Amino acid sequence: MRPYPKKPKMTGMPGDNQRKQWFERQVLEVLDGLYGAALRLTKNRTDAEDLVGETVMKAFKSLDALKDINAFRGWIFRIQSNCFISEWRKRKTRAETPVDFSDEENEEGNFWLFDKLHQPFLLWRDNPEKTFLNDLLREDLVNAIDALPHDFRVVLVMAELEGLSYQEIAETLEVPVGTVRSRLSRARSILQKALWEHAQEQSISAKQTQT
Amino acid sequence: MNEDKVIGCEEALARLFEYIDHELNPCHGHEMDEHLSRCLSCYSRLEFEQRLRVHLQEAAQEQAPDELQNKVKALIMKL
Repeated sequence: MRPYPKKPKMTGMPGDNQRKQWFERQVLEVLDGLYGAALRLTKNRTDAEDLVGETVMKAFKSLDALKDINAFRGWIFRIQSNCFISEWRKRKTRAETPVDFSDEENEEGNFWLFDKLHQPFLLWRDNPEKTFLNDLLREDLVNAIDALPHDFRVVLVMAELEGLSYQEIAETLEVPVGTVRSRLSRARSILQKALWEHAQEQSISAKQTQT
Repeated sequence: MNEDKVIGCEEALARLFEYIDHELNPCHGHEMDEHLSRCLSCYSRLEFEQRLRVHLQEAAQEQAPDELQNKVKALIMKL
């Protein structure tokens, strides 16, 4: 465990600059990741930039709480998630359709893209799953994430893009771990279904163009 | 004392994402390892889900604009 440069006793001394330089290097290393996750959370470039700025400010102020420099990435991503959730609660605009969680355990939620694609007897000749993934465009994936209802998108981004644990997500959202697990499962299911339906539409329109 | 049990495809499917997310306890994780080492269908499913995750992560990668980099540097300077 390597500690980060210690806070100097007096501000403005050379030690203070060293601390800032160290912090800046760490932030710049993860900036693309922070910005990418912020964009998927906010779905808006201006808000994403503001979120990153606020995250950096809060992270520096609470730098003493970071005990291990190797944990910097997870630590700052957690701060960003907290900032986003606080802001979301403050705004309470809820422009998106509210999510009905009553069917969180709904069987319809379990859509597996793999089941639609997998053909075991073709395995030695072809791999339809691989072909499907390779044919996906970046835009298709980003649109599928952005189209998720807010509460599902947030857990998906936190788990898959920011790499937070279920416990960390539960603490950030102030919900039980079981809720994180079920929302994540629904989020993945909705996302996979959207990718499948999009691929079906593309294939139909490609066939129509050919005829 | 926990002893590993042999799990079937249904249970493996129910645990798949927690396995990928490293959220299973060591005992359940070991049971998954065992199942995946002898079930080609579940192993193919695991590979697919892992690949899809990589595609999602790559798609969500965004290069931070230069203005944001400069804004962040200026912000740190002021702190």
